[in-house]
Amino acid sequence: MVRVTINKEPREALVEPRTLLAYFIRDALGLTGTHVGCDTTSCGACTVLLDGVPVKSCTILAIAVQGHEIETVEGLEQEGVLHPLQQAFWDNHGLQCGFCTPGMLMTSKALLQSSPGELNEADVRRAISGNLCRCTGYVNIVKAVLAARERLREAQEEVRTS
Amino acid sequence: MFPYPFRYFAPTTPEEAFGVLEQYGDEAKILAGGQSLLPMMKLRLAAPGVLIDINGISEWNRITEDAHALTQGSLIRHSHWEHTHHIRIPLLYETAGHIADPLVRNRGTVGGSLAHADPAADWGASLLALKAQVHVQSRVRERWIALRDFFIDTFVTVLEPQEIVTAIQIPLASETDFTGARYLKLERKVGDFAVVGVAVTCSFNDQGIVTEAGIGLAAVGASPLSASGAESLLINHPLTSEVIQEAAERAAEECDPQSDRRGSEEYKRAMVRVFVKRGLRAIQADWENRLKKPA
Repeated sequence: MVRVTINKEPREALVEPRTLLAYFIRDALGLTGTHVGCDTTSCGACTVLLDGVPVKSCTILAIAVQGHEIETVEGLEQEGVLHPLQQAFWDNHGLQCGFCTPGMLMTSKALLQSSPGELNEADVRRAISGNLCRCTGYVNIVKAVLAARERLREAQEEVRTS
Repeated sequence: MFPYPFRYFAPTTPEEAFGVLEQYGDEAKILAGGQSLLPMMKLRLAAPGVLIDINGISEWNRITEDAHALTQGSLIRHSHWEHTHHIRIPLLYETAGHIADPLVRNRGTVGGSLAHADPAADWGASLLALKAQVHVQSRVRERWIALRDFFIDTFVTVLEPQEIVTAIQIPLASETDFTGARYLKLERKVGDFAVVGVAVTCSFNDQGIVTEAGIGLAAVGASPLSASGAESLLINHPLTSEVIQEAAERAAEECDPQSDRRGSEEYKRAMVRVFVKRGLRAIQADWENRLKKPA
């Protein structure tokens, strides 16, 4: 039995030891927002946060994250409101087919959390270098991540001044 | 894709891990970060009957340092060195950012990389340049092996079936010396295996004479290589352009690349020469600029 906390909710399912985390999340837990693209550790579509750190869930055994905390794209939206990153991807047209988007969002979320200081285009491009997009190129994705950073900063300012 | 079935063990102490490994030996594989092993198992290039997941062994996740050496547990992940500048071993930081991609670096481990012994391994080249020692242990014995005696062939090391890499020790240059380093890598795209990887590190005394030098090469032999002939040309000399040129030529002779779809043998040799030269020049410039840098 594999037990994890996923998007703050404790979940468990009986799977074989050889079950990979991506398939555990999709098939056993029914959270299909996490995509499986290349299935060979190249594309990053399957990126989830493992204890806050972005990793490729197609290359981790589900049983190896027993008791750990997982965050997937489903955890971003709160009470019907898109996460600032999701909204920024929407506003900046940061996707075309959308297949890579869950991975892009999770990697970007970790980037925004782990770098409280200034963030520039090069930082974002470096952070998402393990996530492949095959339709838009990366211009609008980078724009979206930087816009989300601004939005989050503004929100913090508002909280501080109010 | 999914691997063949296997039995899974997740020991939480070294003793427990050595016990399981002794019981299953050749049948078992050690799972650390899994960023090479799991892809191989998914492609059915590897099919161990037993997998021993050592991620729960906290003793192997520590870094300690004394006056002469830094010792890192084998479970330290690549990303640790991507975010840590060690002023006396700058090559660790210089290398880490070149390995695979950021997501793989968050999971893969230094010890796992060495035990896997991929000829294109970036850590293989760097830790050879740093003259690292590998701590290897089984239930009945433990030993230190110089990394230069550790790799035998592609995916083959001197590890016995009952042994696990538990730590890696890197000697520190004299505290009064200045150490500079570069990792240069030619890759077709982010995350691809290196066409050629070159790790260079030099320590200088206050006269600018090289006191310690290391050159490691990735993807140009059956295993990662050290260019010890080129290193010996550097020690006790200032890094003049003649010395740099000579060392670069020597390193290109010392490597042993194969022609494949990533490039011809001649091309790879030429890239080794170019990268050794480029790396040494950059290090020399670091030394010359060392006083200009803001503290």
